[in-house]
Amino acid sequence: MTTIITPSKNALQRKLPRIFQYLILSFFVLIVIVPIVMIVFGALKTRGEFMTRPYTIPFPPNWDNLDKIIHQPSFWRMMLNSLIVMFATTGCVVVFCSLAAFVFARTEFRGKGLMFNLFTLGLMFPINIAILPVYLVLRHMDLTNHLTGVVLIQVAFLLSSNILILRGFFAAIPVELQDAALIDGCTIAGFFWRILLPLARPSLAAIAALTMITSWNDLLVPLVVLDSDTLWTLPLGTMQFQSQYGQDLALVAAFLTLSAIPTIIFYTFAERQIVSGLIAGALKG
Amino acid sequence: MYEASPGETILPSRQEVRSSRGLQDKLIIFLFLLPSTVIFLVFVVYPIFHSVYYSFFNWKGLGPAVDFIALDNYKRILTDRVFLIAVKNNLIIVFLSLLLQLPLSLGLAILVGRNLPGRAFFRSIFFMPYVFSEVITAIMWLGLFNPDPDRGFINALLILIPGVEPFPWLADTRTVLLCVFVVLSWKYFGFHMLLYITGLQNIPLDVEEAARIDGANRYQLLFNITIPLLSSTIRTSVYMSVLGSLQQFILVWIMTHGGPVNASEVMSTYMYRFGFVRFYLGYGSAVAIVMFLICLAFSLVYQRLTPQQDYLGGI
Repeated sequence: MTTIITPSKNALQRKLPRIFQYLILSFFVLIVIVPIVMIVFGALKTRGEFMTRPYTIPFPPNWDNLDKIIHQPSFWRMMLNSLIVMFATTGCVVVFCSLAAFVFARTEFRGKGLMFNLFTLGLMFPINIAILPVYLVLRHMDLTNHLTGVVLIQVAFLLSSNILILRGFFAAIPVELQDAALIDGCTIAGFFWRILLPLARPSLAAIAALTMITSWNDLLVPLVVLDSDTLWTLPLGTMQFQSQYGQDLALVAAFLTLSAIPTIIFYTFAERQIVSGLIAGALKG
Repeated sequence: MYEASPGETILPSRQEVRSSRGLQDKLIIFLFLLPSTVIFLVFVVYPIFHSVYYSFFNWKGLGPAVDFIALDNYKRILTDRVFLIAVKNNLIIVFLSLLLQLPLSLGLAILVGRNLPGRAFFRSIFFMPYVFSEVITAIMWLGLFNPDPDRGFINALLILIPGVEPFPWLADTRTVLLCVFVVLSWKYFGFHMLLYITGLQNIPLDVEEAARIDGANRYQLLFNITIPLLSSTIRTSVYMSVLGSLQQFILVWIMTHGGPVNASEVMSTYMYRFGFVRFYLGYGSAVAIVMFLICLAFSLVYQRLTPQQDYLGGI
């Protein structure tokens, strides 16, 4: 059996010569990379260099643009606001969603199906559509122009998908464990806290990573909720910076580079978590 | 919520220990669900009804809404030429995504395959745009599309071809939507590719093997075995792509503001313009409700028409 399978394993791929395969893939790698590289190159040029030789490798690199932005207190304030929102949102999402997902995955009570369907309804009302309705409610509650307002909305619109993801993960943990724990006198809360959560750590990491990225990149909610520039988050500041300094492309490039760096660092470390969270979300949704 | 569910089904028992435990369990369930439910009801469910209410008023946000106009907002939306253009543009993006972006993602997923040396590298690179913020993506591409070849890389490449003039990509009504689509694809193809790669990994090797032994050639293998076995992944990917295309906002808004002359207007930019720029809150609410109904209708019809097929379950 194995002797038949092994040689023809690459059935599809062997016939298409590998070189050709790599050529196509490399072409798309270029398409993905070139726009990003252009920005980084731009960031390392003076305004004059940017005008005369826009596409060359910046050698020697010019750090003035980056320097100028790093020394703007507003840049760090925006970074701080973004971090506050991101950690608050992520904390709430992880805690609230794991509590709710546990109930939906592991307990029985009347009205469970109804409650669960209510949450899945949220998937059909994404924030891009809901933004005006939500803004009106927030205005009524006097929560506009507060970071709290941003966090609450972000959390609210991340609940459905993350409860769904976690419910799937929690349901995969063997029932026997729960039975054994309950027989040994554990309460369901005790089982959740002492047995299920430690076992589910990778899935919690997945939704945390996914939430961090979503919250960090979110522009729409801060754009609508926050007025005063002391509360701006990084994406909002990026948008304003571009409309203010749009002519000085080198400076804009420097700003973009600096605001993208946290994302890239985070991506290199958490790629696996982000990917597994996304896949779980898509396949369970 | 808790009071409304009296007849719990937990452990019927006469022992006092047990029944106190049943009560405790109910309390725990209640407390565990409380935070999500409250936030969800207040910030997701309530706004829908709140906006339905305001959508019946001519209301500009100052003072209470008093000018009741029944369904006039809806009538105006559905007869406004600009809104219909926006819907058409959304549909164009939907179809372009289904016809070009998803097949491209599937093709790349098959190329990266199961065991190509370096596949992790390709996967990481292709997926990277997905984690970039929409703001950064939009501003980056704004630069690339710049009509001045000394500033926009795309035109710089274009004028290398003899006799070709630089082109104002985003300022021309014929190309602007296509440009938006290119940027959307750049950002999202990696996500769909990832879904397909996962789907491919779930296809057992021996199925393809058996088909090969039975004499299937490469194309037969691809179209008769691999793609049908991927059908549930494709179904998911199509669903997410359509819903995503229907609600695109930030990329379009930053790159084009829906212009020039509404050529790249989509439903969400239309809503933003009326709701947040002109502050016609009643009208904007009605637009939001229309968008919600369109997405809801699509979801329900799609789920009805394409029942979850599980070919692998039958093997």
